[in-house]
Amino acid sequence: MEQFPGLVPYWAIIVLMMMGLYIVIAHGNLIKKIVGLNVFQVSVFLLYITMAKVEGGTAPILAEGIKLYSNPLPHVLILTAIVVGVATTALGLALVVRIHNAYGTIEDEEIDKLEDQT
Amino acid sequence: MIAQHLPILQIVLPLMAAPVCMVIRHPHVVWIWATLIAFLCLPMSIALLMQVMAEGVIVYELGGWAAPWGIEYRIDKLNAFVLVIVTAIGAVVMPYAKRTVDAEIPMSRVYLFYTMLLLCETGLLGIAITGDAFNLFVFLEISSLSSYVLISLGKDRRCLTAAYRYLIMGTIGATFYIIGVGLMYMVTGTLNIADLAILVPEMVESRTIHAALAFLTVGLALKAALFPLHMWLPNAYAYAPSAVTVFLAATATKVAIYAFIRVVFTIFGDIDILAALPIRYLLMGLAIAAMFAGSAVAIYQNNAKRLLAYSSVAQIGYMILGISMDSVTGVTAGIVHLFNHALMKGALFMALGAIMLQTGSVDLRDMRGIGHRMPLTMAAFVVGGLSLIGVPLTAGFVSKWYLIQAALEAGWWPLAVLIVFSSLLAVIYIWRIVEIAYLQPNLEMPKAREPEPMSLLIPMWVLAGATIYFGVDATTTLGIAGLAAQALLAGGG
Amino acid sequence: MKQKIILRVISKFLIPYILLFALYVQWHGDFGPGGGFQAGVIFAAGFILYAMIFGVAAVREVLPAAATRVLLVIGVLLYTGVGVAGILLGGNFLDYNVLADTRTGGQHVGIVLVEFGVGITVAASVITIFCTFAGRRPEEYKEDYGEN
Repeated sequence: MEQFPGLVPYWAIIVLMMMGLYIVIAHGNLIKKIVGLNVFQVSVFLLYITMAKVEGGTAPILAEGIKLYSNPLPHVLILTAIVVGVATTALGLALVVRIHNAYGTIEDEEIDKLEDQT
Repeated sequence: MIAQHLPILQIVLPLMAAPVCMVIRHPHVVWIWATLIAFLCLPMSIALLMQVMAEGVIVYELGGWAAPWGIEYRIDKLNAFVLVIVTAIGAVVMPYAKRTVDAEIPMSRVYLFYTMLLLCETGLLGIAITGDAFNLFVFLEISSLSSYVLISLGKDRRCLTAAYRYLIMGTIGATFYIIGVGLMYMVTGTLNIADLAILVPEMVESRTIHAALAFLTVGLALKAALFPLHMWLPNAYAYAPSAVTVFLAATATKVAIYAFIRVVFTIFGDIDILAALPIRYLLMGLAIAAMFAGSAVAIYQNNAKRLLAYSSVAQIGYMILGISMDSVTGVTAGIVHLFNHALMKGALFMALGAIMLQTGSVDLRDMRGIGHRMPLTMAAFVVGGLSLIGVPLTAGFVSKWYLIQAALEAGWWPLAVLIVFSSLLAVIYIWRIVEIAYLQPNLEMPKAREPEPMSLLIPMWVLAGATIYFGVDATTTLGIAGLAAQALLAGGG
Repeated sequence: MKQKIILRVISKFLIPYILLFALYVQWHGDFGPGGGFQAGVIFAAGFILYAMIFGVAAVREVLPAAATRVLLVIGVLLYTGVGVAGILLGGNFLDYNVLADTRTGGQHVGIVLVEFGVGITVAASVITIFCTFAGRRPEEYKEDYGEN
């Protein structure tokens, strides 16, 4: 229990992850699903950055007189993951625009009804 | 010098060729360029396979940094086999793509299609070749994002919702994978797969590693369309352009299953994780469910592409069943089925693409009597169908035979009975298509029909012929798969 | 009306500094937070600000679709070209040590070129994404998939 302040980031990660997944599953609006996906991915970024922090370490940029740095590798991994997330979001939104053109709606249930008719 | 750098050239060639496709906007020139690149990738992968069979594991360090600080590409027999599968399918799809793409995709977007196809091939090759867990995620996302674009280029508007659903589920799967990698990195401090194989077994008691294994399994199962996470697959394969369905059905899920094999047998190999935790029975149960559910739902479909897509779900069940048996015969069966299924499904979907080109529809009700109008195409379809069922002298029989043998070796004869029963389900839906195509009266077609173009027939028959060839003489594929399985099960990979 | 004048004047004043800051972030990636992706996005943000105030057509006059397409390709080819140059000069792919006379010099040259390639591609793609979304005319909404 005395570790609780130190574990707060991990609790935040779990809360965000579950919120993101819930939004994806529960909402029928296609854009809200993409937002949920983004929230879910943000929790993963937090996970990596939390594990990169070294207690007492500074930012991982070489400077005179500083001995302890945070781990730079997860920062680079997260940069890659953020870019992938941006690309996925852009692609998802482009698909939503085209779905709107084709179906006239972006609500899941209405699209299912229209698809069953074809 | 080329031989020394062959591993990286295998990736760099399609990777550099894809943006060039964006600059070449003319549809025919861009097709020639893409076909050339795909044809060049195939001898590279065959050369790598021969080198691995002769010399053993090939290691290539990117940037000159030694592992585990740098990213390394590590090729052993399993890798090289998967590389050959992907490049062979890529080389066969490119000539096939020309006529079908011209018919299904607007001319102004054809250059974008080939850009995405080359990027997808790059991503799949990268997943197969890399020895770094995070690098695998990057290539996984490259191949997935380009697949979403490729699927959304179809003619039917339902391809858009199919691509969207695939995007949501695929991104969740990839994010689960990366959570698993992150948890493993937290505990061991390394991302290199060979290094993880040494460090993870020491820490296997910690709950973090258990959580990591769970996330990795679910993430890769989503990508591999293992029942019950297969919901994206039927619509995605049914409504995508024909060439895209051929390419994705033959390669995308196979490479995800390869990644799963890597995780289970290389990273967690030393401790025989399948026996230590009750994962083996979970996988076996899901695989059997996939085999029966996939085949059963396939029987009721009216859209031929959707039927074959559900059949793919069943075949993925066979592959996972082989892997979950955790014996040399079982894993050999799983690996050789990766190859055989790529050939079978490739030929089947190519036949359907030819039917789509000639008649404009793949609905079974519109395919009456098509066996007489398009004899060569339907003959290729029948060969593929027989291979799906597992008739002797076809490639499918080899994989089923090894699966049954593995089940009997372990003493699980009810399992062997189940495998035979699910093959009988395949007979039902294949017979349904054959009956409609050959035994029902010819539909009157308003336009005069010219025969199918050679550029469709030749790749189709290359794959169908390969199905027969590797069914009659399976020594090469079984040899490679057997050696790969032995290396995997010896621990650490 | 007054607000429009304020926006126009301030943005014309600010955009050069935004682009300059993007270039600063690009080249100082190895001495401080920065690098290709961040710089590319800031650079694109300048153009997006211009598009939001003066219209997408104005940005398209400066950067036609063909130009962004070519920039996308140049960035990727620059990155992989540096890697291939490493092979041609005797090392492995993306080996920076062989790119200059000393190891640290080679590392410097390699990372600067590679990050520049990343920056070009990211800027071009973000501008393309924005202009594609924002530049859709109302008629286009009926063109796609009208009947099917």
